[in-house]
Amino acid sequence: MRSRWDHWERIEGWVQRWRGSDAAQGLIPRTRLAGPIPSVIAVMIALSVMAAAAALSLSNLAHNAQAEISGGVTVQIVEADPTARERQARLALTLLGGVPRMYELRRVPDAELNALLEPWLGKDFATDSTIPVPALIDVRLKGQVTAADLANLRKVLAKKVPAARVDAQSTWLGPVFDAVNSLRWLAMGLIMLIGMTSIAAVWLAARSAMAANRATIEIVYMLGASDHQIARIFQRSAARDAALGAVIGMAVGLGAIAILARQFAALGSGMVQSAWLTGGDWVAIGAIPFIGVAVAFLTARITVLSALRRML
Amino acid sequence: MNSSFRPDSRPSDRSVVQFDNVGLRYGTDREVLSDITVTLEPGRFYFLTGASGAGKTSLLRLLYLAQRPSRGIIRMFGQDLITTPREKLPEYRRRIGVVFQDFRLVSHLSAFENVALPLRLSGLPERDIARPVADILDWVGLSHRSTASPASLSGGEQQRVAIARAVIGRPEILVADEPTGNVDPEMALKLLRLFEALNRLGTTVVVATHDAHLRENLPNPQILHLERGRLTRRNATSSEGSRR
Repeated sequence: MRSRWDHWERIEGWVQRWRGSDAAQGLIPRTRLAGPIPSVIAVMIALSVMAAAAALSLSNLAHNAQAEISGGVTVQIVEADPTARERQARLALTLLGGVPRMYELRRVPDAELNALLEPWLGKDFATDSTIPVPALIDVRLKGQVTAADLANLRKVLAKKVPAARVDAQSTWLGPVFDAVNSLRWLAMGLIMLIGMTSIAAVWLAARSAMAANRATIEIVYMLGASDHQIARIFQRSAARDAALGAVIGMAVGLGAIAILARQFAALGSGMVQSAWLTGGDWVAIGAIPFIGVAVAFLTARITVLSALRRML
Repeated sequence: MNSSFRPDSRPSDRSVVQFDNVGLRYGTDREVLSDITVTLEPGRFYFLTGASGAGKTSLLRLLYLAQRPSRGIIRMFGQDLITTPREKLPEYRRRIGVVFQDFRLVSHLSAFENVALPLRLSGLPERDIARPVADILDWVGLSHRSTASPASLSGGEQQRVAIARAVIGRPEILVADEPTGNVDPEMALKLLRLFEALNRLGTTVVVATHDAHLRENLPNPQILHLERGRLTRRNATSSEGSRR
């Protein structure tokens, strides 16, 4: 059975190995390794943070809006004769009230309808009987509206309310959601491209640092340094440079998000509010600099190890 | 009949290095070393001689594991190094001290840091490094120059730092390529005495040199002579001449 002392000795061994490898850090002059990595990573992290915030906001917007309208159906009574329109609207309300899974049924008041149309048709259009405006009934079912639900609603109204036109709200906004989803994928694609560019930048920097320090690498190699010891020198340096860049990039990215958020908040739109970032989103954005540093660390390690195998 | 010389070519349990029919070529050029069969025994002092271009540096590169041969078998410390995976080679390199012809000191490290390098690479804790490094610098007469950078050291001082770095890890084999090429005769003799002292402690020493005077200062050394990439005996010595 292992004693506590044995465990302590093992821990001390790890510390010693760590310190031993740490001591090799001075082998490569610091000024030669840093190069453009901090500034490149700073730009990449700032762009990634902004792109991620955009992608997550658009995702929230699409998700919340879809959830809101997924059970929504609009029934229009398209009838030019106001008396017949009014009669059919009332009949439709009665018939729809008996439909299963009905959650909410509301006739959009004429005043609300007039207010919606006023910006396009002018102030006096409500008193002008020559412009027929359909009656609108807002229907909300429990759960998502399916094609079968729509067919059922049409069937219910078909005989007695011939002027009724039944549409799912999601159908109207489908192209808008498609556009939002495209933008979201675009933002994600942008993050991928930024990531690949970062990897390429670190790869180039690591190779150039290796070329600049080839003589030293050959010496320490002949003195018994392992590939991992040499790689550790470069990967730590790359991680340190990337960490510096990540801090700067994160600050710039958050600053840009704050400015954009303030400008969008000034719009006072409910749609914008549904796009606010959640706690989980902030955690994901906060992880970007760490992912950036990890990617730089691993890229430097893999680059150096593969170059060493070819070089020595 | 194979024309190559085979000093002590019988497999020996006591051998520290065994080359068996080793050949080396760079790229598609002709072989720079051919049919090298030799056994180096622990605690002996070998001089490697030959004209410029005879293959001395190539043979030394094989000895300090900077190069794998194109053919043949190399056994070192009882291991077949041809089949040894690349990751295992550093632990064998740490058992070999090398003095390069051009010193190869790390330019931005002080004399002390350069000498400490092999100990640090082997993972020795810092507290166990300072003392032996100071001792070895004292041994080569450079304790007063421990903080100096290589650029500020004279050729002879750089040479001694390189030697101190090669021997700090108490290597089982010491390989030196023209170690006295950049120093005056007096210093050359002094360095030879350092190698002798190390040899007396049991290290196998292989010194490549053109310096006949140096060889004459060591009684009964083993001579390995290279001619056009082939090993021939120049100055045969009996096993009684070994410096054990």
